[in-house]
Amino acid sequence: MTISHFGAVLLFSLFTSIVFGITQRSDPKMMIRFGAFCFALFVGGTIVASWLMWLIKH
Amino acid sequence: MTTNVQAQARPAQKTTTLPPVLILIAGWLIPGAGHFLLKKWIRGTLLLVSIVAMFGIGLALKGKVYGPNTAELLDMLNFAGDLGNGLLYVIARVFDLGAATEQIAIADYGTKFIVVAGLLNIIAAVDAHSLAIGRKAS
Repeated sequence: MTISHFGAVLLFSLFTSIVFGITQRSDPKMMIRFGAFCFALFVGGTIVASWLMWLIKH
Repeated sequence: MTTNVQAQARPAQKTTTLPPVLILIAGWLIPGAGHFLLKKWIRGTLLLVSIVAMFGIGLALKGKVYGPNTAELLDMLNFAGDLGNGLLYVIARVFDLGAATEQIAIADYGTKFIVVAGLLNIIAAVDAHSLAIGRKAS
């Protein structure tokens, strides 16, 4: 199996956010909100870190 | 007003008659099993699918499954993380799944997927235990 770097980020973020959402909140609506928040932070944080590394290199 | 505050601070009711330790161990051995025992079917299914998928993707990416070792601190920590997968880890070891060494760069991602799947499974098992003893409301 081969996977792109961004694909790996998306899969990792998705599954991790699902578990975080279920385990860290009690109310189902808050679970979905917290899961979406975690997903956005994972993906957004990776993109920001990637651009930072690009800027450092150049 | 004081009465209301006390009522809100009261811990949640227990949700099962099963021993909480049994739920903790079941949740560790099989991802989501702790929630299944508490009849939280949707949560259990989502946890099962997420953790098994992460473990499976890790193996498919030729990630490494760590055995007991005393080599380096990080290797020992990775082994501890892998152990969190419960029976998935046992199956991987019995059938010799997971590369002995990482041959390609992307396999490092696979190794991390496997370790994180184990850590997430521990979080899920502890969550089921918290629900069973009433520490978590619902």
